[in-house]
Amino acid sequence: MDVKSWTFLIVGLTFALYIGIAIWARAGSTKEFYVAGGGVHPFANGMATAADWMSAASFISMAGIISFAGYDGSVYLMGWTGGYVLLALLLAPYLRKFGKFTVPDFIGDRYYSNTARTVAVVCAIIVSFTYVAGQMRGVGLVFSRFLEVDINTGVFIGTAIVFFYAIVGGMKGITYTQVAQYCVLIFAFMVPAFFISLNMTGNVIPQLGFIGEVSDGSGVALLDKLDGLHRDLGFAEYTDGSKSMIDVFAITFALMVGTAGLPHVIVRFFTVPKVKDARISAGWALLLIAILYTTAPAIAAFARTNLIETMHNQPYAEMPEWFTKWETTGLIEWTDKNADGIITYGPGDITDPAVANEVKIDRDIMVLANPEIAQLPNWVIALVAAGGLAAALSTAAGLLLVISTAVSRDLMKMQLKPNMSEKEELWWARGGAAVAVLIAAYFGINPPGFVAATVALAFGLAAASFFPAITLGIFDKRMNRQGAVSGMIIGTLLMLGYMSVYRLGWFVGEVPPTSSWWFGISPEGFGTVAMVVNLIVSLVVSRLTTPPPREVQDIVEDIRIPQGAGAAHEH
Amino acid sequence: MLSNDPPKKDSSQENRTAYWKENLTYLISLLAVWFLVSYGFGVLLVDQMNNFRIGGAKLGFWFAQQGSIYVFVVIIFIYVFLMNRLDKKYGFSED
Repeated sequence: MDVKSWTFLIVGLTFALYIGIAIWARAGSTKEFYVAGGGVHPFANGMATAADWMSAASFISMAGIISFAGYDGSVYLMGWTGGYVLLALLLAPYLRKFGKFTVPDFIGDRYYSNTARTVAVVCAIIVSFTYVAGQMRGVGLVFSRFLEVDINTGVFIGTAIVFFYAIVGGMKGITYTQVAQYCVLIFAFMVPAFFISLNMTGNVIPQLGFIGEVSDGSGVALLDKLDGLHRDLGFAEYTDGSKSMIDVFAITFALMVGTAGLPHVIVRFFTVPKVKDARISAGWALLLIAILYTTAPAIAAFARTNLIETMHNQPYAEMPEWFTKWETTGLIEWTDKNADGIITYGPGDITDPAVANEVKIDRDIMVLANPEIAQLPNWVIALVAAGGLAAALSTAAGLLLVISTAVSRDLMKMQLKPNMSEKEELWWARGGAAVAVLIAAYFGINPPGFVAATVALAFGLAAASFFPAITLGIFDKRMNRQGAVSGMIIGTLLMLGYMSVYRLGWFVGEVPPTSSWWFGISPEGFGTVAMVVNLIVSLVVSRLTTPPPREVQDIVEDIRIPQGAGAAHEH
Repeated sequence: MLSNDPPKKDSSQENRTAYWKENLTYLISLLAVWFLVSYGFGVLLVDQMNNFRIGGAKLGFWFAQQGSIYVFVVIIFIYVFLMNRLDKKYGFSED
């Protein structure tokens, strides 16, 4: 069978599976819609969290970005895993003990204020939309590549699928679909990785191949060989980054703290029965995520070495089939500047005649094209398509749920229409999800930037808004409404302002040069600064105003002790 | 609702404070390790660490792309173990 038939078969089967699960596990009550009834096994929740977490960016773009960025790519690896340590140690158990449905629930109750609740709702919606746009784009990309349709058509197909199962299943449907999606995506990521590692280094385990020697018998370590290739072509060494140390630090920190503050991740820990389940569940989630995250840098190094060797100084006429195939989709561009019929690769812009480089490669193809580059069988290629879709759909569904919950519960039920029936609330939840899917589709078609960059900015916002408000709410009994609200507002505005000016060039005419960054920190890393500002503002303002009421201090006392989480849940 | 719980006895309050203090000690120690393996070995000290090697990789680079992640996983499981033990010690276990 050819690649296209395999892709239709495997993608079709996995879609049928997801829809089947969504129908089987459809939500009948708001509690099932919001937190899957609160009875999910910790390991199942770990799998669901991992799938929820690993997005189109993790699956499709991350290895590609690392492949081009080398050491600088470490910010994503550490940033998107280290946040789970913060989540497990500082947030998940306490929020589970608190035992309600959403992050704005906690903020609203802990800070005894509907203003705080509304600020949290707005932050949750901005963060989730920024993030979900990247997912829809990812879905479109996979469809366009593997089923040879237009990217926008791909976005529409993806929208239709998510529309269906997020709305029918709610959190309950999403949880069990995500368990299936984890299995699909990790299998799809690992199979090519095993093959490629074996080809390149003779070791089937990619993590060992990464630190091993190339298998051509020369005895040279793979990473040393890659550093050598980079030097020859005029790139910075692969294992030696070009970002400043302070920026690497800031980006990693913003991603970690942002991870711990993302509402769609936090809400997953409301679905397990006990506090101790929330702790171990975070452990399972990180273990399952680490399988992909320690493989990605290995794939990145393999793919980079492979790409340079296949292409550089080789005649165009002898390029393998995948090269021309990806040229037609516009993800590889080759201009024969010196008209010698030989491909020259190096740093620099291909449109500049003074630069020798003749090739432009889109980062996203590194994972998608890898099986072809390594000449793997057709069914493996189809599997990668299904894996990319699983990653994008699972994350999109989790985010859409946060948005719909923010509308139906945090805005309607808790504020505007407190007397509405459960049935009516469920309809608001489904309607909110429907509108959110359509807006996400719009952003998928008109994307704000390439997939991982958009996602990275969502983290800055989560770091600047939620993380300080939640951790202070648990660890600082004296923290009050005034402190938390002013901290969240100032942190969020600062982050949005910096991102608008320094990433998008709004208000100032054009994007300012990197030399004008505050403290040398990029918009991706600025969440760290905004978070620190939030912390300081919260602490100062809270100490200048009245302490929180007695019953709120009792809530804080109560969430610090695991006992009785089950009882707190029934209300 | 949480706020309707009966008022806590003094002995219980002391018990809670002691539990919380031990919890904070665990948190600080584990977060120190978390910081060291990622920001320490992988970022701030990366050039010094790169003078050493693990297999075919420079050690600082390896910590930034592999080692720190392995340690993160271990940290969480150690925390789970410590907290389950602490819950039992203070009688706050949910079982």
